[in-house]
Amino acid sequence: MGLEARNVSFRYGRRQDWVLENVELRLERGERLALLAPSGRGKTTLAMVLAGYLAPTRGEVLLDGAPLSKRGVCPVQLICQHPEHAVNPRWRLRKVLEESGTLREDMLGDFGIERAWLDRFPRELSGGELQRFCVARALMSGAPFLICDEISTMLDVITQAQIWSVVLAEAERRSMGLIAVTHNRHLADRIANRTYELE
Amino acid sequence: MRRLNRRVRTILLAALLGALLAAFCAAALLIPESAAAPSLLDARKPPSWAHPFGTDALGRDLLVRVLKGMAVSLAVGAAASAVSAVIAVLVGVAAACGSRWVDGLVSWVIDLVMGVPHTVLIILISFALGRGLKGLLAGIAATHWCSLARLIRGEVMELRGRQYVAVSRHLGKSGGWILVHHLLPHLVPQFIVGLVLLFPHAILHEASVSFLGYGLPPEQPAIGIILSESMRYLSAGMWWPAVFPGATLVLVVLLVDRLGDSLKKILDPYSAQE
Repeated sequence: MGLEARNVSFRYGRRQDWVLENVELRLERGERLALLAPSGRGKTTLAMVLAGYLAPTRGEVLLDGAPLSKRGVCPVQLICQHPEHAVNPRWRLRKVLEESGTLREDMLGDFGIERAWLDRFPRELSGGELQRFCVARALMSGAPFLICDEISTMLDVITQAQIWSVVLAEAERRSMGLIAVTHNRHLADRIANRTYELE
Repeated sequence: MRRLNRRVRTILLAALLGALLAAFCAAALLIPESAAAPSLLDARKPPSWAHPFGTDALGRDLLVRVLKGMAVSLAVGAAASAVSAVIAVLVGVAAACGSRWVDGLVSWVIDLVMGVPHTVLIILISFALGRGLKGLLAGIAATHWCSLARLIRGEVMELRGRQYVAVSRHLGKSGGWILVHHLLPHLVPQFIVGLVLLFPHAILHEASVSFLGYGLPPEQPAIGIILSESMRYLSAGMWWPAVFPGATLVLVVLLVDRLGDSLKKILDPYSAQE
């Protein structure tokens, strides 16, 4: 069981080219998969389809044999490449975190979040700092599957390492299924126990 | 002394403008009706210390009439544009969030209302509701929401496509929760700017419909009525009944505009913390 893409094809419009064609993918709980492909091959589209942000044009995405439910917290959470688009610019960051449930201030240190940041607005933090909030928000929702869509591409190496160590530790502890979308083969080798290449 | 930051200065300015407008209304309400009583001995006097704005053809003090007229205009403008703006938000949000036929219906109604000249529609509605202040208010409120509703519909549609709204849905939030917490706060600047832009429209429509005799009764000191009366005497060299009420109208409209501008600066997240 687990998360499964069955013969998934996707295109953005009837007259457009296929972005994904007949993708078969399977991910168990506790497994870490790296999704590798050059730019423009539909990595992000596949991530959005798997997380239920886009409905596949053909085929289906199943979780434990059933389609993803539309109600309640989605069991497959997606962390996007650009954290500044994924938080409401009008909200203080405390509210951003509270959106995924009650805020546990004792856990903030694990995500590398300083308490003083909670009362700031998103534009007052750097991209790396914001990305930690997105990671924290996705992990605190308690979803058993996590898809990281190039979450560290725009960050410096130290921040990259910090964020991945948090994600990997949490994934290990809760035995989550993890998909890491990346261009970076070295990063993929380091974090995943299996790779999947889109051709 | 430490310089005040822009936010504080803007709030002070907004408070000052608000107080000025409030003082306008208060002055108008406190001056007794008798101050504007006609007296033929004082008719057609140019501005002097006793009558700073001069007197009209019936010898009524124009300053008092203008103050009273401005208070009526402000009340009509504020009420009509507030109702209009609320209608615009409701309709715009319904069109953007509802099903396709709701959107189609709303767009059709907007096209219909915008296709008919405002003045004609206001006269029809005002006439149907028995003229006077009530009919005029209803007429103006029912005709001025269209362009703002269209703007808000577009804004909501754009907001609904934002990533953080999709994330919110994936975190299990309902449509209503997203509307209240994500969408509506973003509409506040549009709402206020819309309100400010509607305000002079509403006042001018009030004046023009009153001028045509379908709006406020002629004994009421409305700015539109004062202006239309002044037209008759302008060629006789009486410039003050046109200039002072007109200038006051412009001044008040500009004050409201500045007030809206400062409010926008305070509310906009990209400048709120500067």
